[in-house]
Amino acid sequence: MTTLPAAPPLTQLDALESEGIHVMREVAGEFERPVLLFSGGKDSIVMLHLARKAFWPSPVPFALMHVDTGHNFPEVIEYRDRVVAEHGLRLVVASVQDAIDDGRVAERADGSRNPLQTVPLLDGITANKFDAVFGGGRRDEEKARAKERVFSLRDEFGQWDPRRQRPELWDLYNGRHKPGEHVRVFPLSNWTELDVWRYIEREQIELPAIYYSHQREVFLRDGMWLAPGGWGGPRPSEMLEVRTVRYRTVGDMSCTGAVESTASTIPEVIAEVGASRLTERGATRADDRASEAAMEDRKREGYF
Amino acid sequence: MGAPTIQLEPTEETQHVTEHATRDLLRLATAGSVDDGKSTLIGRLLYDTKSVLADQLSAVEAATLARGGGEVDLALLTDGLRAEREQGITIDVAYRYFSTATRAFVLADTPGHVQYTRNMVTGASTAELAIVLVDARKGVLEQTRRHASITALLRVPHVVLAVNKMDLVDFDEATFRAIADEFTAYALSLGIPDVTAVPLSALTGDNVVDRSARTPWYDGPTLLEHLEAVPVGRDALSEPFRFPVQVVIRPRTAEHPDYRGYAGRVASGVVSVGDEVTVLPSGKRTTVVGIDTFDGPLTEAHAPQSVTLRLADDVDVARGDVLVPTAATVNVGSDLEGTVCWLAEKRSVLGARLLVRVGTRTVRALLREVNARLDVDTLTVEAWDGVDTLHAVDATDTSSDIPPRALTLNAIGRVKIRLAEPIVLDEYATHRRTGGFLLVDPADGTTLAAGMIGATLLDRLAPTPSDDDDWFAGAGI
Repeated sequence: MTTLPAAPPLTQLDALESEGIHVMREVAGEFERPVLLFSGGKDSIVMLHLARKAFWPSPVPFALMHVDTGHNFPEVIEYRDRVVAEHGLRLVVASVQDAIDDGRVAERADGSRNPLQTVPLLDGITANKFDAVFGGGRRDEEKARAKERVFSLRDEFGQWDPRRQRPELWDLYNGRHKPGEHVRVFPLSNWTELDVWRYIEREQIELPAIYYSHQREVFLRDGMWLAPGGWGGPRPSEMLEVRTVRYRTVGDMSCTGAVESTASTIPEVIAEVGASRLTERGATRADDRASEAAMEDRKREGYF
Repeated sequence: MGAPTIQLEPTEETQHVTEHATRDLLRLATAGSVDDGKSTLIGRLLYDTKSVLADQLSAVEAATLARGGGEVDLALLTDGLRAEREQGITIDVAYRYFSTATRAFVLADTPGHVQYTRNMVTGASTAELAIVLVDARKGVLEQTRRHASITALLRVPHVVLAVNKMDLVDFDEATFRAIADEFTAYALSLGIPDVTAVPLSALTGDNVVDRSARTPWYDGPTLLEHLEAVPVGRDALSEPFRFPVQVVIRPRTAEHPDYRGYAGRVASGVVSVGDEVTVLPSGKRTTVVGIDTFDGPLTEAHAPQSVTLRLADDVDVARGDVLVPTAATVNVGSDLEGTVCWLAEKRSVLGARLLVRVGTRTVRALLREVNARLDVDTLTVEAWDGVDTLHAVDATDTSSDIPPRALTLNAIGRVKIRLAEPIVLDEYATHRRTGGFLLVDPADGTTLAAGMIGATLLDRLAPTPSDDDDWFAGAGI
């Protein structure tokens, strides 16, 4: 028996970071044209941070793609553009507005553009011939995601077929695919919401300001505080009021709710998330409340 | 209903900050069927560690109601996909997350019924600990032995026997002891080095998180106490240094015009600046002159850290190469013998052209022989000699007439594979991190099988004359 070296086991965050870096390097080694989906949300920001670590001192060897619903928080777009410039990255924008203008998708009666993102996303992947698409999805988010692979094969229609997924053993990720197919890759698969926040704290990663407590005009719809905007809120029956809020997730303005919060620093947010009795999607995402299998259905169609 | 309001508890803040500095990570897998109370046990672990949140619980309550009501079914917490809920089965491995102050857990929840072998092998491949469940009323069953054998095949270093439903046998010590003794003896015969048996009730919570007052005769740990105490990552550290190269880092920027580094994750062991290493399969020798990370240089790196190594000489190193200690004897060759678990609907075909994936290297290969098959129900091995070309079959033939010497979905068999080029062949018995491989169909990329290089449990059950009878002794665990 070999004598054990004195090295202690990695901490949880070090282990998760090392796994995420390993996944990113596997993609760089196996694929021709990877792309990182970047929404300006905390998960995609952490992914970008891992990518910078994985290839240092080389620059990040792939582009970012933002699926732009047109209903963005201005703070998030400002953050996106600043980060892209700072790190010399290439940004591809897949626009929902463009897809509406040329008739690929139709505006919905409720004004939400969240479900409309799938078509421009898939068109953006096809037009740019991306073969690996990094997503910030985590298995703790939702029960259909709990069975997601790190490397998730999508057919030429971008569809996810849970029965066609490949078993993943050890750290051997099989990224082989036929022309026209692509692979979604989830380097944060094993992270929880709290892990993401603890990592942001440890690494001192800057986030868009809307993640922290601020005063905002909001109105209540379906039990969620939504921000007003050109997308169709508030209705005459809905009252605008000023609340002290922050966002737990960043998505389309029409379906991303704010939570009432006074947490204005990372440790305060961590304390709040740790004490919360609601998952982030349950608390802030109208799109996931639609049905028991809402996420599963959207994943099958090619959603993030 | 009002908007969600979040309660702030100032005491939590300091707690979380201190937690994250030292908390480590344990990967574990569970094996057992719904009948053993596996879903209830997982539900209990998630619930008692406060990992189930209010909206998840209310979704389960709503789903229970929609299905005709009754008691809230905690199993629904772990049923992910619509087909599974409709059919009341679990199709696939699901991953669950829970944590305590000192440790975070990634739990691979593998179903007991459909495709159990494929799923258990998948879940066990990354696990450092496996929980095998038995019903205290039924004791060790055929499926318990099956679960133990897959755990042994994949060399999961720690096994917990969870003797569940103790409340239904009046927390009887003799019942528990008999089951624990029978299982421990069986596990030992399979070469499982560490078994801990815990008497518990997932339904009532006895000995899961909190110590039970109803088992005064039991002085061992509760399940969660044991999960928190098991050493993490020791086997990877005790194995010799291996570094499969993932990508070559060559920035060619104004700031770093001549930088050349080899990025990868330390699969096992430790490497230090100044170490002499050999690049395999080429055999070129060189010295590690730097261990780089984004956060600064290191003097030493150990498994499973992701780092970038700089080497003294301008040797030819590419993705797929493995760096090993120069002093060590490492097996390199192009004839791979090992045990595979067949994972695809397509059956094995002798003479088929395959891809073999080992570490970061993919090589072309031919399936030359399938010479033994393990019956996981009876744990007997059927072995035969030589190449059996008579039974080479067309993989598209889906008739129920399974050729006797082919491997079908969930089968475990011994194979010989010829590789197009030599690679590092680490024995899985002593190199759990680098001795595993995949067989991939070059036509459509399907993962056909997962394999383990060298002698495995299958050889232990049916040794061939050339095998070293002592194969498990060198494992170093």
